Amino acid sequence: MSFVPHSDADRREMFAKVGVSDIRELYSDVPDSLIRDGLPEMPDAMSEWEAVRAIQEMAGQNHSLVCFAGAGQYDHFVPAAVDHLIRRSEFYTAYTPYQPEVSQGTLQVIYEFQTMVCELTGMDVANASMYDGPSSAAEAAVMARAVTRRDRVLAAGSLNPHYRKVTDTYLRGQGSELQSIPTGPDGLVDRDALAGALGDDVACLIVQYPNFFGVIEEIEPLAELVQQAGALLVVVADPVTLALLRSPGELGADIVVAEGQPFGNPLSFGGPVVGLFAAKQKYVRKMPGRIVGATVDVEDRRGYVLTLQTREQQIRRDKATSNICTNQGLNALAATIHLALLGRIGLREVAEVSARNAHYARGKLEALDGVELLYPDAPIVREFAVKTKENSRAILERGFSAGILAGVSLSRFPILGAPDGLLLAFTEKRNRAEIDRLVDVIAG
Amino acid sequence: MSDIPEGLKYTEEHEYVRETEAADEFVVGITDYAQGELGDVVFVELPSPGDSFARMDVFGTIEAVKAVSDLYSPLSGEVVAVNEALNDDPALVNSDPYGEGWMVRIRARDMSELDGLLSDTDYSGLIEA
Repeated sequence: MSFVPHSDADRREMFAKVGVSDIRELYSDVPDSLIRDGLPEMPDAMSEWEAVRAIQEMAGQNHSLVCFAGAGQYDHFVPAAVDHLIRRSEFYTAYTPYQPEVSQGTLQVIYEFQTMVCELTGMDVANASMYDGPSSAAEAAVMARAVTRRDRVLAAGSLNPHYRKVTDTYLRGQGSELQSIPTGPDGLVDRDALAGALGDDVACLIVQYPNFFGVIEEIEPLAELVQQAGALLVVVADPVTLALLRSPGELGADIVVAEGQPFGNPLSFGGPVVGLFAAKQKYVRKMPGRIVGATVDVEDRRGYVLTLQTREQQIRRDKATSNICTNQGLNALAATIHLALLGRIGLREVAEVSARNAHYARGKLEALDGVELLYPDAPIVREFAVKTKENSRAILERGFSAGILAGVSLSRFPILGAPDGLLLAFTEKRNRAEIDRLVDVIAG
Repeated sequence: MSDIPEGLKYTEEHEYVRETEAADEFVVGITDYAQGELGDVVFVELPSPGDSFARMDVFGTIEAVKAVSDLYSPLSGEVVAVNEALNDDPALVNSDPYGEGWMVRIRARDMSELDGLLSDTDYSGLIEA
């Protein structure tokens, strides 16, 4: 059997049928400037050892820094057992299986994953995972539009700018766009501005908890305000902090999404990661993604199935709730194993140590000349922003020389409208000595 | 052989329209043929009373185990009632499509639209074609 799907003759026949002369004509929407003629120049072929050496040399240019950067992804400790278990051949696949019911072990893991996501977020139903936090937020906005049959999407100005950008991209494809609600001087969503922006064409408000600046938003009054206007409240959560905070579900959220990277997944220069997605039961038929359900077989034994697949693209085609037809199988597996290893108390300890580190650092930095807390009175968990008199990028350079990644420069995100400064994040991996070094770096 | 009652009107999308005691109100559901093609119905998403639709707007969706279809409003008008019983027992659409499996009651905005619908013989011809 030939595994070449289309011969030249097949292609010619298909081109003739649809009335194009060549493949390029099918891609006429793509501007010429983006089309490359031929392959880029490649080095000569290498032997295996030469390739290993070349890659080692490249890897040697990486710097190992003590990480105080967060802004959506966090440097948590991942126990070695996670990596060991995900590599077992029964588990080691990137995707949801396409003939799923023969893979009961995989489905059971996803079911456990969904249960953990529900417990963390306080929601009724969770899916088998999304690509990452930002695309989860975008899918939540799309879902809110489908649930409410309304057009406009509002987002707190204190939403992570990356999430904002990804969501905006999704919405533009639907002929909508994101409207930003300003942040008040207390670091929280400006509720008067929100009330003014709400209307009978608003599908949802997206708010981050804690927000991009680390401030714990007051979710309950936002939920009331938004839901009175017939819209949904979408909460983007830092899932580690949910071990300490009241869950968004308890506070009235309709949809909760999160970046699941802190559970079991290393930073790895940005990915791959895993998005968490949960909602109230009544919206389950508008949810994106795969959902695993528990059932019993003919002999009354417990089994797992993919359920509610009529929402999905392989059945519903262009009217599917989303184009995601898979999940981040391996990353969700890592998250599930990590959470199972930590347990309820362990996760709480991770969050508590992270919070204690953040508050220790906050106290030290507050006392420095040339450094001010961006929102001095705001409650935070494990991340906060400081204004710096010195250019934040210069501080980062100094940190780099001292082996410290001194947070994320706020000047990278002009869209925030924030003064120059640093966003600093803390995990259970940091200790006082490291935090003292961070303070020294910032002090100059 | 599908049941196609006389005296009802039909759409090409397999909805039926039944007259009621009120001259401008009509009951809408899907035909016996449609429920047979779909198989076991597991969920029917219906609009709310008060919602308005133009002719052939999607007013809801119907889900079977491995298929899902849109429901099209045969007439322009306002929904005056929906069959809440389908929330608990969507299989009523299978067991009694023209009776307990009805979906919505619509107050028609333009009675002349009735003339554009299919008769039972037209519909019977359509599904046998």
